[in-house]
Amino acid sequence: MFSLNDLLVMVPELYLTAAACLVLLFDVFLKDDQRDATHWLAIIVMLGAIFLVIHGQTPETVTAFGGMFVRDHMAEILKVTVMVATILMFVIARPWLKDRQLFIGEFYSLAIFSVIGVMLLVSAGSLITVYLGLELFALPAYALVALNRESKLSSEAAIKFFVLGALASGLMLFGMSLIYGATGTLALDRIFAVAGTTPHPHLLQLGLVFLVVGIGFEFGVVPFHMWLPDVYEGAPTPITMYISTVPKLAAVGLAYRLLEGGLGPLAADWRVMLAIMAALSLIVGNVVAIAQKNLKRMLAYSTISHMGFLFLALSNPTAEGYSAALFYAVCFALMETVAFGVILALGRKGFECDMIDDLKGLNRRSPWFAGMMALAMFSLAGIPPLWGFMAKVLVLKAAIDGGMLWLAIVAIICAIIGLFYYLRIVKVMYFDAPVEGAEPLQAKPDFVLRAVLSINALGLIVMIGFSGTLFEWCRAAFGV
Amino acid sequence: MSTWPILSILIWLPCAGAILVLLAGGARPRVARWLTLAFTIIMFGLSLVMLVQYHAGPGGFQLQENLAWIPGIHTSYHLGVDGIAVALIVLTTFTSILVIGGAWQVVKDKVHQYMAAMLVLEGLLIGVFCAMDALLFYLFFEAILIPMFFLIGIWGGPRRVYATLKFFIYTFFGSIFFLVGLLYMYHRAGTFDLQTLWAFPFTLQEQTWLFFSFLIAFAVKTPMVPVHTWLPDAHVEAPTGGSVILAAIMLKVGTYGFIRFSLPITPDASQHFAWLVIVLSLVAIIYIGYVALVQPDMKKLVAYSSIAHMGFVTLGLFIVYMLARGQHDVQTAALGVQGAVVQMVSHGFVSGALFTCIGVMYDRLHTREISAYGGLAKVMPWFAAFLVLFAMANCGLPFTSGFVGEFMVILSAFTANPWIALLAAYSLIIGAGYTLYLIKRIVWGTAPTKEAAAMPEINTREGLVLGAFAVAVLAMGVYPWPLMHLMDSSVAQLVTHLLASKI
Repeated sequence: MFSLNDLLVMVPELYLTAAACLVLLFDVFLKDDQRDATHWLAIIVMLGAIFLVIHGQTPETVTAFGGMFVRDHMAEILKVTVMVATILMFVIARPWLKDRQLFIGEFYSLAIFSVIGVMLLVSAGSLITVYLGLELFALPAYALVALNRESKLSSEAAIKFFVLGALASGLMLFGMSLIYGATGTLALDRIFAVAGTTPHPHLLQLGLVFLVVGIGFEFGVVPFHMWLPDVYEGAPTPITMYISTVPKLAAVGLAYRLLEGGLGPLAADWRVMLAIMAALSLIVGNVVAIAQKNLKRMLAYSTISHMGFLFLALSNPTAEGYSAALFYAVCFALMETVAFGVILALGRKGFECDMIDDLKGLNRRSPWFAGMMALAMFSLAGIPPLWGFMAKVLVLKAAIDGGMLWLAIVAIICAIIGLFYYLRIVKVMYFDAPVEGAEPLQAKPDFVLRAVLSINALGLIVMIGFSGTLFEWCRAAFGV
Repeated sequence: MSTWPILSILIWLPCAGAILVLLAGGARPRVARWLTLAFTIIMFGLSLVMLVQYHAGPGGFQLQENLAWIPGIHTSYHLGVDGIAVALIVLTTFTSILVIGGAWQVVKDKVHQYMAAMLVLEGLLIGVFCAMDALLFYLFFEAILIPMFFLIGIWGGPRRVYATLKFFIYTFFGSIFFLVGLLYMYHRAGTFDLQTLWAFPFTLQEQTWLFFSFLIAFAVKTPMVPVHTWLPDAHVEAPTGGSVILAAIMLKVGTYGFIRFSLPITPDASQHFAWLVIVLSLVAIIYIGYVALVQPDMKKLVAYSSIAHMGFVTLGLFIVYMLARGQHDVQTAALGVQGAVVQMVSHGFVSGALFTCIGVMYDRLHTREISAYGGLAKVMPWFAAFLVLFAMANCGLPFTSGFVGEFMVILSAFTANPWIALLAAYSLIIGAGYTLYLIKRIVWGTAPTKEAAAMPEINTREGLVLGAFAVAVLAMGVYPWPLMHLMDSSVAQLVTHLLASKI
């Protein structure tokens, strides 16, 4: 049985579920030329959810439904960031969708349902909730990738994403069943309590391996990264932006809940697995990215390397490590929105602006967008004074404090390799002349898009000054 | 003590100016130029205010500002200057005016972006010299790369993309190990505050690792042999203004790093490996001198001569251990460090002036080949006079600034070991060799082509810029006392700190 208090704890989720249905219904009664109303409604709904999350926060951790749902600071930070990233996607995607006759209401309701899944996932207190959240997040995401059903590339990407995603959740489910077998409980805190003393340690470890595979898939780290470049390339660009931000944030929550919250006593085992995956992702991601001609594919491999970087922090299973990982994920999401935002803003119908060469001479044609893209690239490369630098410092510090000096050195060597392809984008925009006969690249005059994207891009510099505040929040989330 | 945070203003005013220039100067290059000039002049004025507020007598770090930045990792926005930093900041603001003046009409494409990059660069360089927090230092140290990357890449010569990528990746490669060193120090000492780190007792093994992580960063930046190869490329392809900033100030960032990190944080490892740095410095002084001798390209010649001169700086800095710890001669050790800093400032003026001169010639004939020029003494007598003066300063002639620093370094090296002094002094001969050989070919003789014979004399703007450099070079050569007095106590404090072993 549950009480009213249980429902109060998850007001933001309940509200968003109701609101998502409302958006879906509301949209049915609109004509095609009134679709903007859905757009604004969806944004208002999300802003309302952000308000509820922030307004309802409590200093201490609160649980509901017998511990199946946990509300703590980590979940709140992740939820707010996920919703901010989604709102950014809504704003930035609108002109793009309109151009391609994809401006439909389902886009918004699917995205909101997916966000609800993430919210459940990061608040999960039991293996059931984890799985529920994961699926609720993933199913709308598959549909979103196939949003443009005319496109073969998108359909292929969606099928690939779906099949591999299903495989990964199957493996994860299997791992959960093994863990249940070893511990006799589904509640993460119970698992934590008995994991050290279970009579079946090997069964538990086997379950752990399957869980790590599932988590690795969610992050897209090597060797579970194969889906990532194809989905990035094939998905409609706004959805690529969504996939490059929201699932990564969700995955941080997932990893924390499962690995620390549930299997913390096995940290000595899983931290080595994570460290190896981190090293592999850093190497593969950075090296393969150099060879890419497609901007979205390049960003996909760059994402793989960044997830490797994030694993560096997770491989230090202390509050310092988790807070660095959380900081990194938030920062990474807001860097990706700038990079994809510029691609989206510059594209037109029939011209996706997704090849690196499409950016040639951008500084001559559209200096402000070139400047924002350059900021995003320098930030992704981790050059000060941009925000990405601070995130890298915190992660490296966590790795060194955790005794993973070798991993930190692998990471920085890979960062040098990675620098090359980020700089190449800047080089193409600033030092190259536009291709002969290239259409003049004129960014859309959508004022809201420009304003939001500009704030996001300038934030990459400004945030270096406020990193202290954000990092304090992240630390508070893990009780430091 | 004034209540104004003068150091913060010095760092952030040019950055604000850059935004203003970008916004206001987009379609109006004239506005962009004048606005930038105004900002650099104000900056110079402010740096003089700072100079006045700084009390050279007591030394130490003054005008400090300390704000919490990221309390979670105990790093703060901590600024402060000692005599050495003050000298370098004034050098920066002074040179910046001349750089803007020197590029006045030369840069025609995207003037506002060029000017903004220069202003940002100025602010960041001052930031490096002010930072008293290791992470903040690193932030500025690395951030310099971004405006420089654009300066070379957008306004540079034909192979600019190659040069600028090489420059960026090379220096990034060096400094990222420095970052790991910083994080390791944090891991041990629990803070990024420089003064705490100076006092922190690292073991010899830790110091050795840290020393090499510092060395790799600062050796690339300085640059020292054998990691100097990015410099000639970067110089050759950079626009004149970029070359001047690069030679006059950016190279000093590397040696400044030695003063702030290697010497005080890892004194014992530095003592242990001083021979390595001294040998590399001597190789730079002698071998690179010979390399400079055969360059057909003027910019390359001056670039190599810069490497040789920076060899004097590193020599002066690392000879200190032989003197202070080996022979307990603190006075002479201080002389060596002081000579190194004087050489840094002097090289700033001299190399800046020489690159400006090359820019002046390049604007007329659009080539940097030495063989394309000749008989400048007849064609452009005023210019030739300036050029010869700067050339003399470059070979270290007495009464020019080049003499003072080199003399002090050689003097202290002689006390440490006459052989080192002998080899270092050898550079005076090679230096004179390649500089005079350059002068012989372009100033004397006859013009090889009609175009070279018809080069117009320098205009007022160029005359003013070169004149300002000339005044600085001569003033420092004739009366170096104010500069030495400025940093006397700071150098003495540094050397005293080095005396104490950490292990």
